[in-house]
Amino acid sequence: MSLSGMIEQERFTCAIGALQSVVAIPRAVPILHSGPGCGEMIAGFFERSTGYAGGTTSPCTNFTEKEVVFGGINRLRDIIRNTYKVLDTDLQVVLTGCTAGIVGDDVDSLVSEFAEEGKPIVSVETAGFKANNYEAHSLVVNAIIDQYVDLFVAENAPRSSKNTVNLLASIPYQDPFWKGNLFEYKRLLAGLGLKANILFGPYSGGVKEWQTIPTANFNILVSPWYGKPIADHLKTKYGQEYTWFRHVPIGANETEAFLYQVLDFALTQGAEIDEKAARAFIQHESKAYYEEIDNLATFLLEFRYGLPNHVHILHDAGYVVGLSRFLLHEVGIVPKEQFITDATPEKFQEDIRAELKATSQKREIPVYFEPDAGRAQEILRGIHHNGRGLIIGSGWDKELAKEKNYDFLSAAVPSPYRLVMTTNYVGFTGGLRVIEDIYHLVLSTYA
Amino acid sequence: MSKVNLSFPEVQIREIRINSITGYQGDAQELVEASYSGLKDKERTFSQCLGCATSKAACMTVLIQDAAVISHGPVGCASCLHEFAFTYRVNSPLRGVVKPTPRRIFSTNLKEKDTVYGGMTKLANTIREVYERTRANAIFVLTTCAAGIIGDDVESVCDEAEEELGIPVVAIFCEGFRSKVWTTGFDAAYHGIARKLIQPPRQRRDDMINVINFWGSDVFAEWFAAFGAKPNYITPYSTVNGLKYASEAAATVQACSTLGSYLGAVLEQEFGVPEIPAAPPYGIAQTDRWFRALGKVLGKEEIAENLIAEKKRKYLPKIEALREKLSGKTAYVTAGAAHGHALLDILGELGLKTVGAAIFHHDPVYDSGRKENDQLAQRVSDYGNVPNFNVCNKQEFELVNALNRIRPDVLLARHGGMTLWGAKLGIPSLLVGDEHYSMGYEGLVNYGERLLEVIENDEFVKNLEKHAINPYTQWWLNQPPHYFLKGGTGV
Ligand code: SF4
Repeated sequence: MSLSGMIEQERFTCAIGALQSVVAIPRAVPILHSGPGCGEMIAGFFERSTGYAGGTTSPCTNFTEKEVVFGGINRLRDIIRNTYKVLDTDLQVVLTGCTAGIVGDDVDSLVSEFAEEGKPIVSVETAGFKANNYEAHSLVVNAIIDQYVDLFVAENAPRSSKNTVNLLASIPYQDPFWKGNLFEYKRLLAGLGLKANILFGPYSGGVKEWQTIPTANFNILVSPWYGKPIADHLKTKYGQEYTWFRHVPIGANETEAFLYQVLDFALTQGAEIDEKAARAFIQHESKAYYEEIDNLATFLLEFRYGLPNHVHILHDAGYVVGLSRFLLHEVGIVPKEQFITDATPEKFQEDIRAELKATSQKREIPVYFEPDAGRAQEILRGIHHNGRGLIIGSGWDKELAKEKNYDFLSAAVPSPYRLVMTTNYVGFTGGLRVIEDIYHLVLSTYA
Repeated sequence: MSKVNLSFPEVQIREIRINSITGYQGDAQELVEASYSGLKDKERTFSQCLGCATSKAACMTVLIQDAAVISHGPVGCASCLHEFAFTYRVNSPLRGVVKPTPRRIFSTNLKEKDTVYGGMTKLANTIREVYERTRANAIFVLTTCAAGIIGDDVESVCDEAEEELGIPVVAIFCEGFRSKVWTTGFDAAYHGIARKLIQPPRQRRDDMINVINFWGSDVFAEWFAAFGAKPNYITPYSTVNGLKYASEAAATVQACSTLGSYLGAVLEQEFGVPEIPAAPPYGIAQTDRWFRALGKVLGKEEIAENLIAEKKRKYLPKIEALREKLSGKTAYVTAGAAHGHALLDILGELGLKTVGAAIFHHDPVYDSGRKENDQLAQRVSDYGNVPNFNVCNKQEFELVNALNRIRPDVLLARHGGMTLWGAKLGIPSLLVGDEHYSMGYEGLVNYGERLLEVIENDEFVKNLEKHAINPYTQWWLNQPPHYFLKGGTGV
């Protein structure tokens, strides 16, 4: 970190960026009580991310000098009331920006007036200076749980459904592969006999699914650090224990480790699972995966014209660890210096270092926690290794890769040089996709 | 005419300076007439996300080749700026930039404690570190809502840094809440540039003409060559030095009066560079006027006449052929102010029937104070009135409503996100990002051909229409579009 705490080349945004977690819930709408530009900033950061009612569809009070001086609560009342007339939505989440935060509008009281009328409405404080969007994702989800989900708890008794789980993993849009990843988790967990609430995206069940959150027997957290407040909250609130897998499971080794961890945990939690069938499922998936690797191994070993032998990753901690392990063990690309750009709180850094260390008995993988990605690039600019190199990062890194004459794979936001729709990097199939992406890039440099 | 005053650090906002408005429903002629007799703005009781002055200020500074930009605020207020780094890269070839360099964009990353104790030390340290890291020839500091409300004295911090580092450190006051018209962000950037970068002229150069523009293709080089001059494109792709001596140009022209209104006036009033008294060259009539005005300012009227004649010989037959194919088709326009008017000119020239427009805001009189720069007035007198003329403040719900009832043959848009709704309603929709593309006589040919192609290639939008997701209620689609505008039925 620099002395000033400044950030160059942002790879995450501020708290109000968690409005994308609302956009990711089918038929939900974020209502912004903020300056006029906050929505544009977020839409511009993530790009192609408007969903059902995000982007220029989202209602906003568009603070002016007047609201800054006199407060904006009356304006917000109008906007909310008219949102019901203009937009057809299942859930409304009011998010505050810097202006409302500093002015001190009492948004909670106003929103509870609407809630008392029976409207499915939630408020959450997301002033940009309070948190970043990694942290605010948990604020948004917990607010929806407390102010909306909890209203339905009478019909959804806590832990009443033995084989249902809540999955807390990819942050919508901040993880560019969130849609595909969540779907793949759901498919894999179904293979074990579990029904997973994935809560976001087209393969979730929208607000109806959210209402069943309390019924889950236990929860699964896949994350290096973010999202943990949700798991902790659910544990206190509904008594749901959780199992925590700390990086993104990519490829066979990590996906198997993840699934076995969940399977064991499910059994201790009294889920009704056919253990034999679950193990057979994992083995079957694994076999299909290795058939591909087997096919590919000749290419990886013999392609004589040059393949990358080392990689630098600039990403969040979950991907840095997940991809490092995968590339080292299953592809043969050696992870060199790694850069974690997600502003990991200090108390989690040691565990993440340990995870990376445990990746290999033979080598150290140096890691930098550096939210100031411009600084990360400066460090990387000064590093030299022999052989053909690969950089996996966000669009910002493309120019650096060019400068260093490295191959470049765009896998983090902001990502102006790549379109991602439903691709997953999680799981067995995710690993294969990573391989396809890397070697597609490499091969396309010939001829 | 607005009076430029560079002694204040902050630019006067547009709604006060030139009485700009963000809400209006009626027709174009009425609006033009009302513009000179105290137009009143109207508020809405429903609104959607708008745009931020800070990002407009950013796009005029991030693309300056050798500068660095700091957003003084929480990270969120700078999070879309990577888009300008992309734009810079992608359009470099259009401007002959052989070695495009990485854009240097920073945030002071304000946190909660800074809102309590102030962010000035953080800003001072950031400026120093940015200079060490980039060795930029100038540093721009953009303010944000948080910085504005907590009352950081950004101007003094910048002044001190300037002294310490020996390069211009320019404070730009563009916090989102300051103005309802987000294009005030352009003015804010220009105000800072004029105060701190532009130097008094050492000489007057008759071989250089300022072009205030975004990042469009280089069409002006060929046009100006006839007059023995070269374009000095400002501010994207310029350099700190190039900006310094914009004061020495023979004249200033604008690619878009909404964009350049203020800078044009500053260059004229403070540095003696005349702004040519003509709206940008869209449509034949306006292109004629524009070249004549340019010729006059440069004292080269004859060259202008020759150029007009030569170009007309070459392009009029092609324009006529396009007109035949396009005439009678109905079109709707949605765009920021002046470029929207430009599109209305083009449609008028190509013989399409304009059935309405949703224009983001309206500047009744530009900073120059000249009626000749009023593109909407020209449009009305050259090609007739435009019905269903809505100043919409980029409110999507009004656009969707209007489009749904009017159902034109084609939608022309200027800003990202706006074509989507045309397409969802099965209306062929066109967005041309390069605003130079449709300028001049040749531009009419370019644009006409694109229009034909878009109208012809409608299978995609017809299919999309069948599967379109629509969050708007039926109730809303049945109300008049200005229902929530003050004076409308729903207020
Ligand atoms: S907080 Fe203000 S300056 Fe920042 S993005 Fe929002 S409107 Fe713009």
